[in-house]
Amino acid sequence: MNNLNVAKIQLNGSPYEINDGINLNELLNRLKIQKNKVAIEVNGEIVEKNKYVNLILCKGDKVEIVQFIGGG
Amino acid sequence: MEDIFTIANKNFNSRLIVGTGKYKSFEETANAVKASGADIVTVAVRRVNILDKDQPLLMDYLDPKSITYLPNTAGCYSSKEALRTLRLAREMGGWRLVKLEVLGDKKTLYPNMIETIKSTEVLVKEGFEVMVYCTDDPIMTKKLEDVGACAIMPLGAPIGSGLGVQNKINIKLIKEQSAVPVIVDAGVGTASDATIAMELGCDGVLINTAIAEAKDPILMAESMKYAVIAGRKAFKAGRMKKRNYASASSPEENLI
Repeated sequence: MNNLNVAKIQLNGSPYEINDGINLNELLNRLKIQKNKVAIEVNGEIVEKNKYVNLILCKGDKVEIVQFIGGG
Repeated sequence: MEDIFTIANKNFNSRLIVGTGKYKSFEETANAVKASGADIVTVAVRRVNILDKDQPLLMDYLDPKSITYLPNTAGCYSSKEALRTLRLAREMGGWRLVKLEVLGDKKTLYPNMIETIKSTEVLVKEGFEVMVYCTDDPIMTKKLEDVGACAIMPLGAPIGSGLGVQNKINIKLIKEQSAVPVIVDAGVGTASDATIAMELGCDGVLINTAIAEAKDPILMAESMKYAVIAGRKAFKAGRMKKRNYASASSPEENLI
């Protein structure tokens, strides 16, 4: 039986399971990522940091979390 | 005498900008950046590794509060990808000063100037200060300046090639006609290449591979620091005229 509380999203290109209805802040906490060190796109739209708490993730959402790495 | 380097109304002491790619570790990156004396470092935007969250972060080794991060679009082959990358970079920490590069070919990493000009125009309208990696074609660089680029960054030679400035005449032409800073980006292989770029009158040099792939990157970083300073001072001093024959250095009168 499917657990109704679990939703599958695409996180950085791979399938990822979350508790349905969590917001972006909660996702970052779960991933242990500090929000001041990343930028996030949900379904192709950049989400401003102060809106993370209002953004509720749903099944099928495509989430991209990026950071700065070494580059030329 | 002070010789301040100004880009988009921001002042910097060092005319050397260094990349942070290709190093063995973040520790080595940080040590090389320190030895280079650079005030600006280029950084790339990539996905966070979700599976290995304990990986160290560049920001833990190079503090963006004490050194200017210049987000770049390395690896982007279209205007769309480049714009997406820089908009994400801006969201990350409010960076407005960015380096745009839109590549056209995987083998040469040569810039696609049509996409580059188009992207510059959009980014400038969105309030970005755009430093632009470009070909050493004075017509193209003029177009970039016309659409609002805050610095022109022609290649000296292909990225990572270490061949040095291949077309000195063009680099000089570009410098002479540009009202914004001209920074040689790509192609520097060793210290003398950086000095040559500066002697041509360029305002700065951007170096990554020549430092990161040196046997001793920290020592090469320091060498590049002095190479850029030497080239700049030689340019400002004004070199002697070239002659085809000798001119004795000691007086010829009163010989014993």
